[in-house]
Order: sequence, then C-alpha cells, then structure tokens
Amino acid sequence: MGCIEALKPEVLLARISFKEAREYIESHAPEVHHVQPGFKLFGEYLIGVPPLAIGIENDNILFPFTKPCYGTFVLRLKDGAEVERFRSAMSAEMKRSLKGRGPKR
Amino acid sequence: MFERGGKALLLMGCPEVPVQTSLALYLCSRLRRDGWEVLVAGTGAALKLLEVADPERHYLSETMNLDDCIAKTVEGEMTFDICFVFMHNDAGVTYGATIRSISSARIYALIYGRGADELAEIIDFDCETIAAKAVHNPAPLKARLDKVMGWAA
Repeated sequence: MGCIEALKPEVLLARISFKEAREYIESHAPEVHHVQPGFKLFGEYLIGVPPLAIGIENDNILFPFTKPCYGTFVLRLKDGAEVERFRSAMSAEMKRSLKGRGPKR
Repeated sequence: MFERGGKALLLMGCPEVPVQTSLALYLCSRLRRDGWEVLVAGTGAALKLLEVADPERHYLSETMNLDDCIAKTVEGEMTFDICFVFMHNDAGVTYGATIRSISSARIYALIYGRGADELAEIIDFDCETIAAKAVHNPAPLKARLDKVMGWAA
C-alpha cells in the first residue's frame, strides 16, 4: 500500500485495532458504506476484517489502513474524483444486489 | 492425517516475535517434504530474515511481497490450497480475515506471542486456529502445529 502513503493522507487515528477503526469511521463520517476486503481504493486493494467501513465527508474519503508492524490507521484523503468513482461503484453494487433479489422467471 | 501435495502459502507479518522465522522455515521444510509447493509472502524484513538464514535455499523456495500477494490473489492471478497466516497482533488477524475473504483456501491461523490467547478469541472467521504463548521458544507452537497437521511422532 505504498501508493496510498505517497498521497500524503491525513492521519486521524494511529496504531489502533481494526475494530476501533471501523467504529470511528461509522460514528464520525456523515456518509458510510461497507465493502469487502480486496475492494480497490486509490488504486490499492484494501486489507481488513469484513465489513470494512468507508466514510465520505464532502470531497474526503475516510478509510482504514493496516500496516503489519504498526496496526491500523484511520486515514482521510481529499479526492473528489475518487469519491465519485467510489459512489458509482457502490451504486452499481446495490443495483446488482437488488437484481439478485428479484422474482425468478 | 493431512493430505499431501498442492500449493501452500505462508503469510508472514511483522517479524518482531522470534518464533515466526523459526516456524516458517520449519513449515517450508515439512511441507516440501510432503510434496507441497510452498510460497512465502511477507514484509521485507520477514523475508530478509528467512533469506539470510537459508542462503542456499534448502528450505525456502519462492518468496513474494505481502501486498503483491494480496493483489495477485484478488485479481485471480494466484491461487493456493492451504494458507498459514502468522498472527501475533491485530494486524495479523486483519491480514488473516482478508485472505479468508479473497481466497477459498483452507486457512490455518498460527497465533503466538504473549497475547496469543486473547488474540485467538477475537478471530471470528472460518479457519483452524493453532495458538500458543510462544515468544522466544518455538517448541509449544510447533507441538500444536504438529498435532493439528498429523505430524506428531
């Protein structure tokens, strides 16, 4: 996940457990979505204990970031284009999910 | 008795607890003897410890960066039948849960360190847990591993 560190995100919480990161994002972000491990954000595959909470706050994305030797961090990164890409991916996922629940023909 | 052959992945995290390197080399040796193709993925430091300890590669074969391993597994470029995830902290559990989500392999959680019992309690994903309060002495963890794998004499 070296690429994300190179983007110089703001560190909101450091060296916490993954559960604490999820709880922080769920309670502090005005818009929260949940994804599975391996979801791609900022071009990198996310690590985590499912479900991974991803927060949206204006043009910012709040997300968990785990480093093997240092634990989990909650990062905030401003990127309007990535926010739109993320919302589109969530919308497509919801449509797929609803379609799967439709009546069988 | 454990079956033989196939592809095995060892997923190594931070090497700050000494037993990790010892158990990884032991697993490489034991699995290779049983016909497994063994890939070791880990942090740079974890892999360096193995490479320095086994310069002629008697035990170690293919190695890979941890993040590349996750990426190739998500993209379907890499598959494996069994995976041993080394865990001595919350980050190790996080990587284990990730592998559980992105792979259909059988997962073995090797849990060690002073907080092994507490760590084993927070694991709620499908895997076989092998836990011991091992820090410097790998023997207790090796004994549990041998028992689970059917390698005990």
